[in-house]
Amino acid sequence: MSRYVLDCRRLLCPMPVIRVQDRIAELEPGDELEAVCTDPGVLQDIPAWCRINAHEVLEVREENDEYILRIRVGEEE
Amino acid sequence: MQRKAVALISGGLDSMLAVKVVQEQGIHVEGINFFTGFCVEGHTHAIRKKDRKKPKRNNALWVAEQLGIKLHIIDIVEEYKEVVFNPKYGYGANLNPCLDCKIFMVKKAREWMEAHGFDFIITGEVVGQRPKSQRRDTMPVVQRDSGIGDLLLRPLCAKNLPPTLPEREGWVDREKLYDFSGRTRKPQMALARRFGFEDYAQPAGGCCFLTDEQYSVKLQDLWQARGDKQYEMDDIMLLKVGRHIRPSPEFKLIVSREEGEGKFLQGYRNQYPSLKTVSHAGPLALIDGTMDEEQLELAARIVARYSQGKNAPEVELEYRDTGGASRTLKVAPLPPHELKKEWVL
Repeated sequence: MSRYVLDCRRLLCPMPVIRVQDRIAELEPGDELEAVCTDPGVLQDIPAWCRINAHEVLEVREENDEYILRIRVGEEE
Repeated sequence: MQRKAVALISGGLDSMLAVKVVQEQGIHVEGINFFTGFCVEGHTHAIRKKDRKKPKRNNALWVAEQLGIKLHIIDIVEEYKEVVFNPKYGYGANLNPCLDCKIFMVKKAREWMEAHGFDFIITGEVVGQRPKSQRRDTMPVVQRDSGIGDLLLRPLCAKNLPPTLPEREGWVDREKLYDFSGRTRKPQMALARRFGFEDYAQPAGGCCFLTDEQYSVKLQDLWQARGDKQYEMDDIMLLKVGRHIRPSPEFKLIVSREEGEGKFLQGYRNQYPSLKTVSHAGPLALIDGTMDEEQLELAARIVARYSQGKNAPEVELEYRDTGGASRTLKVAPLPPHELKKEWVL
C-alpha cells in the first residue's frame, strides 16, 4: 500500500473530482490518496464519486480553509 | 452476451430516464459527463458565500448514483475551444454552439466507447425538444458528423426515428422504447413518476454559461479586447465572478460583489494587479489589461465607489502589482452618475 497526496487547491468542482478520478486510475487497489482542496463542493462531490466507483473515503478534515479527503482505492471490478 | 452502452449524462431528467429505459432491458450502462469549462454546475455556488448554505450537489454524479451506474467525467476544456471559436453550424441566441457541441460530445463518447469495448451510445434527446440541436433535421446531422451512425440510440424518441443497429439486432426491444416529441415535459414527468424518480434537476438547457446573455456579452468583450478569439480556463472562470467594468479598451476591472468572491479573486493576485480599499470595508478588484497613472486613478475611484466609503470625501486603497509590491492611493469615490452605463458589462 502506498500513500499519495494530490493538490486540488483553487480548483472548482468538478475539476477536483476529475483530478482525483484520473490519479486513482493510475493507482493500485488499497493505495491511499489524500486530496487537498479549497472548494467546499468537494465535500459532496468526491464522496459521491467514490461511492459510485467503489472507492472508500476514510477521512474528511478541514484545516485552515482547506478540505482534505483521504481515499482508499477500491478493487477493480 | 450482455451488451454495453455508454450514456451522455448531463444531470437532467431526460438522460436519467433514457438510461433507466435501457437498463430495464438488461443493458449494462455507464455514464459519461463532459466538462467544458462553461458548465454552470457548482461553480458560482462554490464562489459566492451567500450561496454556500444551499446544497451544492453535482447533478450528473447524483443521477449516476440514483441509477447505480459508474460515471466518467472527462475534461474537454482545451479541445472544446475549437467548438466555441468556430462552430460549423453557428451560434444560437447567444454564444451557444449547441449543434456543434452535441456533435463534439457524441464524437468524444464514440471514441470512449471504442476504447472501452462498449457497443453503443444513448442520449436523452427528444425530437423537437431543443430549437437547434434536437430537431428532426439536425438529429441525423449529429449521427453523421460525429461518425457514430446508427449506433446512437435515443430511447425517449426512438419510435419517431428510423431503427438503429441496437434495435435491428435485437439488443434492445424497439417496442419498449418511447415516441416522445416536442417541447412538452409531461411525458417525461409521467415516466419519472412510473420509475419512482421524485427528485430530479430541472430540465437541461440551463446547464451551460454560453446560453446566458450576460455571460456571452462578457466573453465577446474579452475577445474584442484581446483582438483574438481566445480564452484560458482562468478567463472563463473569472467571467463568472464579480462585476466586470471596462472604462477603456485597454483594461477592465473585475470587482468582487461579496466576501466569497473577494476571497476567490484573492487567489489571482499573482496573475493580475489588484486594488483593495483599506480605509473602508470594500471590494477587491483585479485589473485585466494595462493602464497609465491617470487610468489607475479612475480605476481606484470606481473601486472606492463600491466600498463603504462611497459617500466619504476620500478613500484609501492599496494597489498591488503581480510581484506583491504595493503602494497606497487616496482618491475621491466616483459619483454614480460618472460611472457610464456602457462600462458595465
